[in-house]
Amino acid sequence: MAKKDTPPRWDRKMQQRLARGEAAALGELYDRFASLVHGLAHRVLGDERAADGITRDVFVHVWEHPEAYDPKQGPLRSWVATLTHRLAVQRLRATETAALAQGSGGSTEDLERKVHRASVAARADYIVQAMPAPLRAALELAYFQRRDYRQTAVDLGVTEDEARRRLRLGLQLLSTAHDAGTPGAPPGYGGAA
Amino acid sequence: MSDAGSADRFEHGEFENKNDRDDKSGKDDKDERLEGYGGVPGGPANGSGQDFDRPPRIPMPRASVEDGGRPLPALEALGDPAPPPAPPALEHHVLKSLLGAWALAACSSDEAVAVEEHLGDCGSCADEALRLREAVGLLHPPESLDLDPALRTRVLDGCLDRRPPRIPMPQWAAPYDAETARLDALLQDIGDAEWHAPVRLRWFEAEGPTSRRTTVAGVIAHLLTVDGLVAVALGLDDPLGGAAAEGPTPQARTEAYWRTSHFPPTRAVRAPWREQTHDLVRTVSFTSSSSGSARLAVSYGAFELPLHDAMLDRAFECWVHAEDIAEAVDYPYGPPSPRHLHRMIDLAARVLPDVLAARRQAGLASPPHHRHLVPAGEPGRSLRLEIEGLGGGEWLIPLDSPAARGSAEHEVAHVALDGVEFCRLAAGHVPPAEAAAGQGGDREAIRDVLFAAASLSRM
Repeated sequence: MAKKDTPPRWDRKMQQRLARGEAAALGELYDRFASLVHGLAHRVLGDERAADGITRDVFVHVWEHPEAYDPKQGPLRSWVATLTHRLAVQRLRATETAALAQGSGGSTEDLERKVHRASVAARADYIVQAMPAPLRAALELAYFQRRDYRQTAVDLGVTEDEARRRLRLGLQLLSTAHDAGTPGAPPGYGGAA
Repeated sequence: MSDAGSADRFEHGEFENKNDRDDKSGKDDKDERLEGYGGVPGGPANGSGQDFDRPPRIPMPRASVEDGGRPLPALEALGDPAPPPAPPALEHHVLKSLLGAWALAACSSDEAVAVEEHLGDCGSCADEALRLREAVGLLHPPESLDLDPALRTRVLDGCLDRRPPRIPMPQWAAPYDAETARLDALLQDIGDAEWHAPVRLRWFEAEGPTSRRTTVAGVIAHLLTVDGLVAVALGLDDPLGGAAAEGPTPQARTEAYWRTSHFPPTRAVRAPWREQTHDLVRTVSFTSSSSGSARLAVSYGAFELPLHDAMLDRAFECWVHAEDIAEAVDYPYGPPSPRHLHRMIDLAARVLPDVLAARRQAGLASPPHHRHLVPAGEPGRSLRLEIEGLGGGEWLIPLDSPAARGSAEHEVAHVALDGVEFCRLAAGHVPPAEAAAGQGGDREAIRDVLFAAASLSRM
């Protein structure tokens, strides 16, 4: 996908077009971000219909409040991801709290653990998607295709040193998914909505 | 709003910086290690001067050891602070660089053993190893990218209900918007190799079925160039650029595009195709609100269509070719939404009388029943086209003149056909003789209409 070379100009123009009320811009926004939004929501909620609902909520929010996005604060992509994360975690917390209130068993600590785990998992997904393609490709080969680093180096046409470097760096980036900020705040995709 | 600083954390620039930092720290480790050897006569690091900041551990010899022909000093002699009893085969910086591969179980077993021994001695590596091992647990197969295409419509409609658009998308552009989005989702999921999967484009010419071989990428190039007819009519850039086509027909333009590209099309064609589809939808949204655009016509060379019908035609072609692609890469692909399918069938039903007349002129269809022409707007001999299934309906096709009005009283034949089957017929993918049709009445009229429907198809 072209997402990694999205110029900030696209973000700014998109915001202007949304603010102007261009239905065609909304379609383009969806085409660019729907799989990101749905994927993150699904990772947090583990449910297709709930993810559909979050997807609707996210696009409704952006369409109704395009001015809430400030291009100076970072890319539209991370803003949309943050918004998705926040809404999905809110939804998870609400459903889990309701289940708890109905005596589903489990404790508040279990609930918090579950929310935290889902939150970290979603953030990890985002990090993998957003990381430079060479690092992602190396992780993909070593983890999903079970290639060792020497084979990975051959597959990628790089030195063994470079393959080791990419695997280590990729995991270092991924490990930041655990670095949740203050409790309650969505661990950073960037400026929240 | 949270802080802007964290917003940048996932910027690639930041990744690169971290990358650099990491490289530096890696290098520092290496340099530190090398410092132990800093005093080695003739050592490569001597030029930097930094080694002179520390007191040399052994007196500097006058000549390099190689020059002197003496044996290299033993490690102990260099004053290594804690010489391990059995020096590890791998140095710290190598072991450190292996941590990622180790965490992923992607190094040799010897290396894994060496790393694990090292972790017992080196706190910083042990910390990192733990962290990276935990990170491996966060790797999941990506969530499926197959979004239900109906979700797009639901989400967008939901948005537009909440905040009505100031610049709406014309209803007649909606099928094109939806079909291009569906095809793009399919393209997103296919691998590099599949872009070169062979595809046979099939259509129906005056005499019978014909076909042309290309690839998945070639099909997208075809859609790009023919959609370009609409782009040109709207005053947008022609994707064909300066390439000279033998005519403004879909086929001539496609052949010209294929001919003039030096390499066979690759997946790189997706971006310009998608960009143009978005530009078209955007541009017709603006032009449809201005007067005059209603009369804007798109020329296909041999004929022209009003803009709204041309957009419907392009939506239809997009679906048909998406099915060609889906078949080539073995991917499930459904029909358009019933609402959109209905519009496509309606377009075909509306142009059938003209096609029928043209075929008759060319001697490909039976002559009109009446010697005299049916006056314009008057009811004429008609065929009732009954399209079953979602998106279906009934159309009365005047048989003797495009100017005549379809009339139930003058119905001479009746054809019943499933909607998707009818579209496959109109796409030239089903021979008219095999179109599974329930039929009754004038057999000649039925044959003429089914052949006319098939001849709607083109490359």
